Amino acid sequence: MTKFIVILLSAVFINNYVLSRFLGICPFLGVSKKLDSATGMSLAVIFVMLMATAATYPIQKFLLDPNGLGYLQTIVFILVIAALVQLVEIVLKRYVPSLHKSLGVYLPLITTNCAVLGVTILNIDEGYNFAEAMVNSLGSGLGFFLAMVMFSGVRSTIEGSDIPESFKGLPVTLTAAAITSLSFLGFSGVIENLFPM
Amino acid sequence: MLTDILTAVIPVVIIGIICGAVLVIASKLMAVKEDERFPKIRECLPGANCGACGFAGCDGYAKALCEKEGTPTNLCVPGADAVSKQLSEIMGVEFEDVIEQVAVVHCGGDCEKTQDKYEYKGIQSCSAAKLLYGGKGSCTYGCLGLGDCANVCPQNAISIVNGVARVDPKECIGCGLCTKTCPQKLISLVADAEKVVVACSNKDKGAVTRKVCTNGCIGCKKCERVCPLCAIKVVDNCAVIDYEKCTDCPDFGICAKNCTTGCIMLSDLSGLHRMKEEKK
Repeated sequence: MTKFIVILLSAVFINNYVLSRFLGICPFLGVSKKLDSATGMSLAVIFVMLMATAATYPIQKFLLDPNGLGYLQTIVFILVIAALVQLVEIVLKRYVPSLHKSLGVYLPLITTNCAVLGVTILNIDEGYNFAEAMVNSLGSGLGFFLAMVMFSGVRSTIEGSDIPESFKGLPVTLTAAAITSLSFLGFSGVIENLFPM
Repeated sequence: MLTDILTAVIPVVIIGIICGAVLVIASKLMAVKEDERFPKIRECLPGANCGACGFAGCDGYAKALCEKEGTPTNLCVPGADAVSKQLSEIMGVEFEDVIEQVAVVHCGGDCEKTQDKYEYKGIQSCSAAKLLYGGKGSCTYGCLGLGDCANVCPQNAISIVNGVARVDPKECIGCGLCTKTCPQKLISLVADAEKVVVACSNKDKGAVTRKVCTNGCIGCKKCERVCPLCAIKVVDNCAVIDYEKCTDCPDFGICAKNCTTGCIMLSDLSGLHRMKEEKK
């Protein structure tokens, strides 16, 4: 049980996908302007990360590894994740229209998001078993959610403040992103001390 | 060598084909039945998303037409009769005439007729300028001339000419965005068949109005007396035309001719721009 908690917490805080691993920066900068779109995007990411792990983990273990095709991992995962997201969208549209409406535009956006691909590949690289991989995906998604929500708050503060003309727009956003990610550096080492193994 | 390549290519191709097949089957099996009229309706609508119909953009109107029985087909003002005709064909209902509307600015105080009371150097926006002693013009009711309406106009039909906003009726689609934007509430929509417009909104007493603008309505009620249809009423020291009564005037233009200050203007709004659309 402790192991799951360690995986979950380290995925959320220490190895935060956006702020420590620098994956998924595109939606992080693109969709974080408003809180509600940031939340929608993050929920879609959590959902897709879990689905993608559930789909790619068996493929790696039962298809690629036994046949010595480990080097095809990246391309096969991209293929499977893209198809999976499309399938999920079709299913949602048919059976859960309300969820489809709220995730709506964000689902296709994350079809080939590198954070999603990163989670699936790192799950394999870390040598997790299936349950651990799922927990890690959940943690990564929650970490993405946390980063997005935090950063949308930061951005709305930036929008309202007086910025030098040359800094407006992307420069100040990137600077703020750097400082936000710097703050997450403070979490490194916390988990090792909390749960000594 | 060849087998190495094939062992890599074949699994990927197979996975690709399987994924493709699953998607095809899924999209066929679980296709959501979209109203087939929706894309057709959407195509007819002009796509300006102006909201004149009262729905949230063209998509909203198309959706309402599909889902709610009895939604009128003549709500799209920018699209005018042409769109209404197409919509009623698609919906299978009777064609209803669209009352095309055109925005009119009820102010004629250009740089010659009125003066500024101070020099405004703030943010170049009417709503900002109005906050400072009711605007820079000596008439606090008049057009501020900083072009908030021109900025919001999707058709670029409004321009600031000599300090006053002017609507080009040929370009105006009657969406009404400018009427909502103008901080002075000077712009209103009138049916484009109308030919007489009061170009003043000053509600001060005649003497006060006279001092600030030579074009201003002084509320002398001369127009009230000469109008054969009793369509003009002076309300709050400013003439207002009741367009419902102002039809088939036997003595057309008499109000404008008799106006002491010249704030009642004849302007031919009668759908010049609609003709070109019908020709299409």
